[in-house]
Amino acid sequence: MNARADILDRIRSALRDAPAVPEVPRDYRRSSGLGGEELIELLTDRLLDYKANVFIEEAAAVPQRLAALLEGTGRYAVPHGLAESLFAEADAHDGGSGRRVTDAPGQRLSVEELDGIDAVVTGSAVAVAETGTIILDAAPDQGRRVISLVPDRHICIVRAGEITAILPEALRRLDGTRPQTWISGPSATSDIELERVEGVHGPRTLDVVIVRG
Amino acid sequence: MSGTFLGMPSLPVFGIGNLHEHEPFPKAARRELGNPQLRANLGHATRTIRDKRLAVVSELPDWEELREAGRAIKESVMTRLPELLEEFEANFTARGGTIHWARDAGEANSIVAALIRDQGATEVVKVKSMATQEIGLNEYLEEQGIAAYETDLAELIVQLDHDKPSHILVPAIHKNRSQVRDIFLREMEGVDPELTNEPARLAAAARAHLRRKFLSAKVAVSGANFALADSGTLAVVESEGNGRMCLTLPETLITVMGVEKLLPGWEDLEVFMQLLPRSSTGERMNPYTSLWTGVTPDDGPQNVHLVLLDNGRSAALADEMGRSALHCIRCSACMNVCPVYERTGGHAYGSTYPGPIGAILSPLLTGITAEENNSLPYASSLCGACYDACPVKINIPDILVHLRGEDVDSKRGKNRRKRAMPSQMDVGMKAASWALSSGKNLGLVEKALPLGRLAAGPDRKITKLPGIAAGWTQSRDIPAPPGQSFRQWWNKEHRAARPDAAPAAGTDAAGTDAPGPGSAGTEENP
Repeated sequence: MNARADILDRIRSALRDAPAVPEVPRDYRRSSGLGGEELIELLTDRLLDYKANVFIEEAAAVPQRLAALLEGTGRYAVPHGLAESLFAEADAHDGGSGRRVTDAPGQRLSVEELDGIDAVVTGSAVAVAETGTIILDAAPDQGRRVISLVPDRHICIVRAGEITAILPEALRRLDGTRPQTWISGPSATSDIELERVEGVHGPRTLDVVIVRG
Repeated sequence: MSGTFLGMPSLPVFGIGNLHEHEPFPKAARRELGNPQLRANLGHATRTIRDKRLAVVSELPDWEELREAGRAIKESVMTRLPELLEEFEANFTARGGTIHWARDAGEANSIVAALIRDQGATEVVKVKSMATQEIGLNEYLEEQGIAAYETDLAELIVQLDHDKPSHILVPAIHKNRSQVRDIFLREMEGVDPELTNEPARLAAAARAHLRRKFLSAKVAVSGANFALADSGTLAVVESEGNGRMCLTLPETLITVMGVEKLLPGWEDLEVFMQLLPRSSTGERMNPYTSLWTGVTPDDGPQNVHLVLLDNGRSAALADEMGRSALHCIRCSACMNVCPVYERTGGHAYGSTYPGPIGAILSPLLTGITAEENNSLPYASSLCGACYDACPVKINIPDILVHLRGEDVDSKRGKNRRKRAMPSQMDVGMKAASWALSSGKNLGLVEKALPLGRLAAGPDRKITKLPGIAAGWTQSRDIPAPPGQSFRQWWNKEHRAARPDAAPAAGTDAAGTDAPGPGSAGTEENP
């Protein structure tokens, strides 16, 4: 017998007492009454706790904020689906778009190229305020998983409408079969004496720009 | 597909690999307890994590409801395991992944080695995984000329020190920061000789050390925390970003996962991703979670494999009392609250799975009669802290007692075959059964108390009991027994204090009377 048949056979044999399939009680919170400013406030509090940097902006002020954040950094990567207009201010400072490198289908950045890039700017799919989690699902404004991983600084744009209060609300908005990265603060470890230390292999700096409206 | 088993029931086939004690737990524990540095490190670390866990768990108003949902989901997975495995396989395969089935550790190891060789690779990067630890994958690959680099900080510390993990979440919990610095200075090529023992500096050293490995690796090996049957999705929960590196950069990804890790579907993830981070690192959410479903064109590994591992899990499932041990999501909360683990550390348990969950899971996977694993169910005071902390409500104390019973039964079986001599335990239990069966009998036994005082001598301590009871006095003294029993004292006191003890009408409801001044024979209370 092959291993597959053998294992399935063993498992069926182990269950020969035919245990009843239990009902799953879902009495936990599946939605919350929070909205608007409360969500922004809660998400901000949790992100700061993780030592992320948080900037809350009106939509019109985002290009300015990005320009300020990118001031002094070298080259930065962006996914092809992120609106160019977001970088109008940064380009104006630079006198062109020289520092910006776009990862696009047919024009992929190699791992080596990404390793030489200082920062990445992406959008996000959904956020969970209660846990300070931002979820990326590789949509065109977020790009391939690798671009938000290799550069040492991740500037992530979260639109207020993406923010949910609790995890079950967030998961309802997502397609589980898309490649996902859930991010809760910068890379960290608790491996030495169980004390949390920020900054290991993932981006050591996480800047979150929350966009109102 | 039918989930009903119609064939001949097969005998349970147990697991092999790093699942065994090589010496009895009491012996290993005694040695570990003699290491004051270890006890200080463990005491500090488990206290820290206990406080963090309590703080984030008490934040959630629906923690108990989440636990109950988690328990029920896992129980339902176990009852439907064959059909869910088939559903998972169909979905994972449809999305470009390849599934391999491994009956035991040896089979899993050779599958992984062959897949690596197919890529012409001689080294792999690894994400921390209990399953590959259990099957001894690194050691096997080394024999095959393949270098496996652990990339989790704690695993890296353990690997560089040629040591063994002692905790499932924080494998280097037994090392403090200065010990870690010393290991890095000794073993890490090109490390800054000025390295201090600050955790942030140590983490930075690990980052520098592994960076090139990540960027150039062709093959990665991972475990998985969850697998969703209805979509074929896999999930890895981590903190450092080493997981993301391994799951994203190499062209080939090989995941090794126990068959019990399945969840029915997407909706179930919302339960476990609330339970797991708060129970394990005591965080509201772990820094990174990656989810992938087969192959995504143009994003991440294009050659994706999953090895589904039995290695004794079907045998554990066959134990009706013990099967819920397979609900374990490897959070390690039970270790951090266990008074035994906190003192002995993880090495004393021998197996890859230490602590309370290891004390049941290891013998369930290997069979209670394997090597020294029959001593593990006794590595507990049955205080129940593990059950309270378990996010999926595994009743560890009950299973410990069940396995102790199995152990006693298996030994009795052996004795019977050899000779009809009852064991000391049998005789002791018989005697206790007689003594406790009536007040009269107990009264007779109590008459012997002064004898115990005599045995204790002038220092009023009994330091060595005879026979199997000697185990009790191995590491503690028994205080001299009192000159009289409570019952003898009560009798005397009440005879003296209430000379007119005849109950006055209406003072006491029937049955609540204190025992009267009668003879011993009248006080056969329930």
